[in-house]
Amino acid sequence: MIAVKQLSKRYGPVVAIDDVSFTVDKGEILAFLGPNGAGKTTTMRILTCFMPATSGTATIAGFDIFEEPMAVKRRIGYLPESPPLYPEMTVEEYLVFVAKIKGLPRAAIQPGLKGAIEKCGLGEVSRRLIGNLSKGYRQRVGLAQALIHNPDVLILDEPTVGLDPRQIIEIRELIKGLAGDHTIILSTHILPEATAVCQKVVIISRGRIVAVDSQEKLSSRVRKSEKISLRIRRGDAASLEKIKAVAGVLQVSPQASEEDEVAYIVESNLGQDIREHLSKTVVEHGMGLLEMKPLVLSLEEVFLQLTTEEKMPESQQQTVKDAS
Amino acid sequence: MRNLFTLIGKELHLYFISPVAYVVAMVFLAVSDFLFYLQVRGISELSSRHMMQMQGEVPQLIVHEAIFIPTFRNMSFVLLLIMPLLTMRLFAEEKKGRTSELLMTSPISITQIVFGKFFAAMLVYLLLLILSLHLPLVLSIVTEISWAPIFSSYLGLFLMGGVFLSMGLFASSLTENQIIAAVIAFGILIGLWIGGVSGANASESGIGEIAVYLSISKHLEGFIKGLISTRSLTYFISMTLLGLFLCYRVVESERWK
Repeated sequence: MIAVKQLSKRYGPVVAIDDVSFTVDKGEILAFLGPNGAGKTTTMRILTCFMPATSGTATIAGFDIFEEPMAVKRRIGYLPESPPLYPEMTVEEYLVFVAKIKGLPRAAIQPGLKGAIEKCGLGEVSRRLIGNLSKGYRQRVGLAQALIHNPDVLILDEPTVGLDPRQIIEIRELIKGLAGDHTIILSTHILPEATAVCQKVVIISRGRIVAVDSQEKLSSRVRKSEKISLRIRRGDAASLEKIKAVAGVLQVSPQASEEDEVAYIVESNLGQDIREHLSKTVVEHGMGLLEMKPLVLSLEEVFLQLTTEEKMPESQQQTVKDAS
Repeated sequence: MRNLFTLIGKELHLYFISPVAYVVAMVFLAVSDFLFYLQVRGISELSSRHMMQMQGEVPQLIVHEAIFIPTFRNMSFVLLLIMPLLTMRLFAEEKKGRTSELLMTSPISITQIVFGKFFAAMLVYLLLLILSLHLPLVLSIVTEISWAPIFSSYLGLFLMGGVFLSMGLFASSLTENQIIAAVIAFGILIGLWIGGVSGANASESGIGEIAVYLSISKHLEGFIKGLISTRSLTYFISMTLLGLFLCYRVVESERWK
């Protein structure tokens, strides 16, 4: 659905994004993850035909963003970082205006309006002035604006920024519900957001892609050993020795534990599954197995590792200008 | 075409829910009514003295010459001062509120955006001129007036408004700040206005002639006197298109920054 090929954007000597390539399949949600100023907004602005790239190209729903921008614009719903609202209009007036300029046929405007208001939970405020709405509602109006013409592709630039925790959860649920019918790219610098919503993650740092993968694969990529979290009812020095003796175990580190249970992190070689032997040992010696689960690095850890490990050459160290 | 109407509709909507259009209309009508009143009072005192000497009515041509020419001149100057207030918002506000991002990522062309704003402003201006028609209507109750030069005057004011609004639109596209947009528009319009005055002083040189040709006030003068010349028509229309073209280029170049 979306194919980005070697996209670069320079502002004079400053490189905003450099050689960015990725693809998104139909119905997928892709998270664009990176610290502030990494080039997320720039990439999104290029994809929405708001600004041209210095080199490289992209196709959206089969249309090239430089050759056929009008066809691309018709198929994209875009929520910029700050929602583009007219505070003097009511929610309904505004959404009808957007539906018209997005080229929705006259007969489809009312159903589209109804659908967008319903999906974004705007029923109560549809007749109020946008200028009088709270930040959370404005963000929802921005989202409604992006999906009123039922576009194939939704591009959302930090859709949950500035919302309270409950609103964040609501917006995330909403976005999740939209996947399938729509292909979605969303940018965020909040890691749990990518974990909560997306199938695919692109990590971008200083204008370069440092990793593209599904979330699980990303975690295993930076893992240096397999880790298992183990909790047992009765543990002492002897049981620690017995666990260490299990074939393949590299290291066992005791964890802070509660009153009547003991927790360990058991490490083994990468690619070696010791769970069978481990559980057998624990049960046979009557330690009282409570819990055993493989530990996957959270995206946060992956992210930090990827963005701090990769040392950039000196020439790339200059501050990357965020287009926002 | 449908996009253009949508954009015009949106601009008109924003004009009439904000106080700007009403304030501009009120100030324009109040000031031009007052200046008109001064003209009429002056001429009626003069003609009553006149009538004592030699009987008879004031001829139509003198009514136009003595009342409407100065009134329309005053009116055009008032317009010069208030028209930038009608255009200052148009692009500056879109940029400041980031709504330009919505327009530029929608399947509408920059030409449609520019013309949508221009036509909306022209409609508001047309309404202003129609409201000011009460001046000749009131005077036609008490005396005979000739409507032909009034018509040409209004045509001249309308065309002049096109130049004012397109230049104002261009000024608005240059900045996010409405006040700066208005000040730039004043600068451009006053420059074009006084070009004729300074040019007339230096009319010997070629530069003087060019300045006279570029002067808005000189071209308007013909229309007010009842003379519709193709030279002035060409001038007003081409200056309007120039303003719109500059505006288009600025909006388009915004993408490359």
